Amino acid sequence: MLPVAERHDSSGPLPSDVGVKSPMKVLNGRWKSVAELGGSALASISTTAILFAVTGWDSTFAIFVLSLMLFLMIYSVVCFVEHGALEAKSKIATVAIWLLALAGATPLVAIIFYVIANGLPVVAGHFPHFLTNSMVQAADGTAPISKAGVGAAILGTFEQVGLTALLAIPLSVVCAIFFVESKSRYANIIRMVVDAMTGTPSIVAGLFIYEIWVLPRGTSGKMGLAGSLALFVIMLPIVTRTTEEMISIVPGSIKEAALALGAPKWKVMLLVILPTAKAGIVTAAILGIARSVGETAPVLFTAGGSNFYNLNPFHGVQDDLPLRMYQAIFSHGSNADAEAWGTGFVLMSLVLALFVIARFVGAGKQGSPRKIRMLIARTRKSKETANVAPAS
Amino acid sequence: MARDVSAWFGSNYVLEKISLVMEPGKVTALIGPSGCGKSTFLRILNRMHELIPSAKMAGAVELDGIDVYGPLLKVTETRLRIGMVFQRPNPFPSMTIAQNVLSGLKLAGIKVQNKDELVMHCLERAGLWKEARNRLNDSGAALSGGQQQRLCIARALAVRPNVLLMDEPCSALDPISTRVIEETISEISREVTVVIVTHNMQQAQRVSDNCALFLVDGEGQPGHIVEAGPSQLVFSSPKDPRTADYVEGRFG
Ligand SMILES: Nc1ncnc2c1ncn2[C@@H]1O[C@H](COP(=O)(O)OP(=O)(O)O)[C@@H](O)[C@H]1O
Ligand SMILES: [Mg+2]
Repeated sequence: MLPVAERHDSSGPLPSDVGVKSPMKVLNGRWKSVAELGGSALASISTTAILFAVTGWDSTFAIFVLSLMLFLMIYSVVCFVEHGALEAKSKIATVAIWLLALAGATPLVAIIFYVIANGLPVVAGHFPHFLTNSMVQAADGTAPISKAGVGAAILGTFEQVGLTALLAIPLSVVCAIFFVESKSRYANIIRMVVDAMTGTPSIVAGLFIYEIWVLPRGTSGKMGLAGSLALFVIMLPIVTRTTEEMISIVPGSIKEAALALGAPKWKVMLLVILPTAKAGIVTAAILGIARSVGETAPVLFTAGGSNFYNLNPFHGVQDDLPLRMYQAIFSHGSNADAEAWGTGFVLMSLVLALFVIARFVGAGKQGSPRKIRMLIARTRKSKETANVAPAS
Repeated sequence: MARDVSAWFGSNYVLEKISLVMEPGKVTALIGPSGCGKSTFLRILNRMHELIPSAKMAGAVELDGIDVYGPLLKVTETRLRIGMVFQRPNPFPSMTIAQNVLSGLKLAGIKVQNKDELVMHCLERAGLWKEARNRLNDSGAALSGGQQQRLCIARALAVRPNVLLMDEPCSALDPISTRVIEETISEISREVTVVIVTHNMQQAQRVSDNCALFLVDGEGQPGHIVEAGPSQLVFSSPKDPRTADYVEGRFG
């Protein structure tokens, strides 16, 4: 409903019978398009409303779809009548793409909105102990929410993901360099394996570590480190592939310049190519971290989850944010929902912060992918193509 | 000097038995239409040719009597002594202007005492000092195209090469930057042997002592040298009628 309603609001003074041939000559330019859009929207919504009132259907989704289709039809007619076939096509395409994009973005925005609306009050209302308490006080799910907290989970997430990053990122960069530099057949095979690994169902990663790490150690097998290892399986291929991408967009001319100065290959990589791709590699690493922070399945039977603070990732079960959420939902306690939303909010804020940092670094000063692309564009003297003007 | 240099890309025969002496301390200009193998020849001189997977070559290149492809010189050493400036300016975007100038030393593992002085000296010789003196710590990518090219020349000079190869160094530049770079070339040619590829006949006449014309006879044929000699002779009284046609612009 969102896009249609918006058009409706901004339509301003309207001739009521826009759908019919109307003397619109009085309006021109921007206002005319607004009137056309608003009129079509109004017409489609009223038609839908009448239709549904008469037939007595009441499906929100059906209302949405029907009014959208009617809107496009009416708008097409209006455009053809007012502007002729050529301009009408352009206008209809523009509007259709906008509508589809908005329809696609609506659920995404809705999720963020939901988490904030439900999670923020929990965190803010029980600040700061929601962020510092461990879950132990509310373990049976009947204690008041003021006892609950995600402190242990935050600690666990930082330790587990930190360890993962420590293991995975350096190895990823080395792998990426290997893929970029090596021309051997084996490199291609390994690259294919890594590609396949990016699609590993995360629960399989968890199962794998459970089999080789947790089970052999019996009852003391679950620990933060085991979670890290499972996350490692998730993070390594993602960071490797992105880093490889970032290294390979460094223009060949820069590599040639370095080689022509009499540099050995390893120095070219270390002193020229990696610094040039630095921002891109940092971005890759942060995106990999952001991805693993939110993974539940890999840590489920490896880190185990816990209601207690556990500082030591190498011994004993440990909580983390996705697990906290998972367990809150399944606790069936009186505060299950609130705890889960609160945890979700904290988790999402963390991921969001990481993405913002990644964006920031990616757009940073020197050697960012954008800068490199700009440099390539400049040397190619590429011409900017004119923007297709929106309907106005 | 080069003797009987031939080159292939895969099965494509692009250079046939090129022999050319590039005199020390002189500027040699290579002229000829596009695609006749001038760049390929230049890249053979400092062993950049072999970086292309399908590339092959035959013949010998000597630097002060030492075989460049022989066991006495390592590849990196060859490239260190025979510097190169490319058609498109390619400063390192991750480095500042000063770092760009010093990058060759760092990449080749050479230590120097007085870095600031070296930066100043090289930028001066490349004709960039006046414009860059106050922005030595800006990114190399922040300069204009002509300035970037002069930065590349300064970078190439910083390692004190014996020879400097320049592949159409001015083809992407405006006339004023071109003029500055030409002055730079005359400036440095006292100490460095320069080999320059150019499509600009006036430029070849202005800057070079010696000149060699490359031509291909037809589609799929290898490039070869039609005429080589002192520039004045080549331009004023060419021996080969094709040279006369080419330098006067009557030709492909
Ligand atoms: N990287 C390459 N791979 C395959 N063929 C190449 C490559 N570079 C150049 N060639 C071929 O070699 C020939 C000579 O090219 P080049 O040396 O660049 O000529 P010039 O610099 O005189 O214009 C051309 O026919 C070109 O198609
Ligand atoms: Mg060329």
